[in-house]
Amino acid sequence: MKNDNVIQVKNLTKKFGDFTAVDSISFEVKKGEIFGFLGANGAGKTTAMKMLIGISKPTSGSAQIADFDVYTHTEDIKKNIGYMSQKFALYDDLTVRENSTFFGGIYGLSRAQIKEKTMQLIEELNLQAVANELVGSLPLGWKQKIAFSVALLHNPKIIFLDEPTGGVDPITRRQFWEMIYKTANNGTTIFVTTHYMDEAEYCDRVSIMVNGKIEALDTPKKLKEQFKATDMNEVFLKLARG
Amino acid sequence: MKRFIGFITKEFYHIFRDKRSLFILFGMPIAQILLFGFAITNEINNVDIAILDKSKDATTQEIINKIAASKYFSVKQLIENESAIESIFKKGKVKAVLVFENNFSKKLTKENTATIQIITDATDPNTANTISNYTSSIVQNYQQAINKNIKIAYQIVPETRMVYNPELKSVFMFVPGVMTIILMLVSAMMTSISITREKELGTMEILLVSPLKPFQVIIGKVVPYIFLAVINAIVIVLLSIFIFKMPVQGSLFLLAMESILFIITSLSLGILISTIAATQQTAMMISLMGLMLPVILLSGFIFPIASMPAPLQVISHIIPAKWFIIIIKGIMLKGVGIAFIWKETLILVAMTLFFMVLSVKKYKIRLE
Repeated sequence: MKNDNVIQVKNLTKKFGDFTAVDSISFEVKKGEIFGFLGANGAGKTTAMKMLIGISKPTSGSAQIADFDVYTHTEDIKKNIGYMSQKFALYDDLTVRENSTFFGGIYGLSRAQIKEKTMQLIEELNLQAVANELVGSLPLGWKQKIAFSVALLHNPKIIFLDEPTGGVDPITRRQFWEMIYKTANNGTTIFVTTHYMDEAEYCDRVSIMVNGKIEALDTPKKLKEQFKATDMNEVFLKLARG
Repeated sequence: MKRFIGFITKEFYHIFRDKRSLFILFGMPIAQILLFGFAITNEINNVDIAILDKSKDATTQEIINKIAASKYFSVKQLIENESAIESIFKKGKVKAVLVFENNFSKKLTKENTATIQIITDATDPNTANTISNYTSSIVQNYQQAINKNIKIAYQIVPETRMVYNPELKSVFMFVPGVMTIILMLVSAMMTSISITREKELGTMEILLVSPLKPFQVIIGKVVPYIFLAVINAIVIVLLSIFIFKMPVQGSLFLLAMESILFIITSLSLGILISTIAATQQTAMMISLMGLMLPVILLSGFIFPIASMPAPLQVISHIIPAKWFIIIIKGIMLKGVGIAFIWKETLILVAMTLFFMVLSVKKYKIRLE
């Protein structure tokens, strides 16, 4: 039986010595869903995400990403996901075009595909004038948008975004979320961590991690009802303060 | 393979767009080899000396002429009495004073012996030593020349021959050393910096999330530096052959192979450093303090290992550069083949494997 859950996580746990960073979390994410993964700093978000993208081995529990197992098929997982983080924009000393060519290349795209995708990226983001400029000279907001498009070059089934809008101005953040919506409408699943609570409202469903555990998981609307809160910020504060 | 080429292209963009690494890669080797070849030398040339000739006869005049005619000395001053010697040295320009005793010629013919006193400024002991040796040998030559017609019953004449570097050119000693330093610098330091840079920028994470396997990432980062280090080695050998007339007695092929082996040893060290260091700064410090200093001080490049205290001699064994210097000196100056340097080669191979296994272990721990 084929289900349309592209992420399936059950009792996933990661321990570092005596410290349990991720404590038996379970959830599913459907195809085309925008899934918000929230939590305070140190709650275990990043560790959980690292296990999902195949660069950290879980201590116990199970997880399937795009129908591939995180223990045995990390290589297949990597081919089917995209990843972008706040820390990484792009290579500053490469031009927009060179960045796109490089990342297309390491995901195994053919030369023709790379050329076509790069053209498409430049047109969609209106970058004709700066396509051959070094990325380092561009404003941060642009870089984030380009990085997002680059992470989508190989048509991944799921894209993992680790605080993608950190340090970006509100207008660019809006534009960024428009891009996210468009991508989700095309059937790509979005897995996004953020600590902007207004962004949490944009997600289809939201999970909130506290001390390594998922303490709440539902649509923003239901979470607000459940916690009798007016906005997600209040939900988050009530949970985090216990 | 296509992925790989893309990766290497990107690596070259990094290198060619960064003025600092360009300077280290191409400016440094040439500057160092020229510096060591021309400026830093143990040889003496045109050293200023003064002469106190108390007898002023034909023989002393002849000896003085001989000394003045050699390219090693230039006679700057003739002084009249001993009290002037001290003040002349204090001025610092004159490095040696030759004193001919009274009635030099007469004594030589009557008593068969006459004395020349060589007083040198030993604030620089090496130079002082060389000056006194050179002077003595000029005087000795003269002595042999005047004795040619006289038969002396028994005489032992030591005839020294300096093999492999008959003119004792110091550049012959520096070229292998500089080549070692440059290859080490390019391979170990530059790779460790370039790998830690990806870690610092966060791009390493992106690369690890991509379908590239970790070892592919590392190889992709390392290959451009192999290429650049080989170019550097070629430039250094060409400079030493054509500018310093340093011969390569042995096989160029063997020299190339051994150099590539050493480049790989250094690269594996560079990778090891990058698994330890979190930032570019740390990587650079470890490379400079942990690699450059031992190479310069303990590898036998400048200071002979045989005259080091025992503990330092032991330490010198674990320095890869020591073995490489032995190898290239052997090939370039003595013209030996692999039969004479297989032991050193094997040690380098073993070290390389050791560093690689260690880095793989460290790398795995980090990924856990």
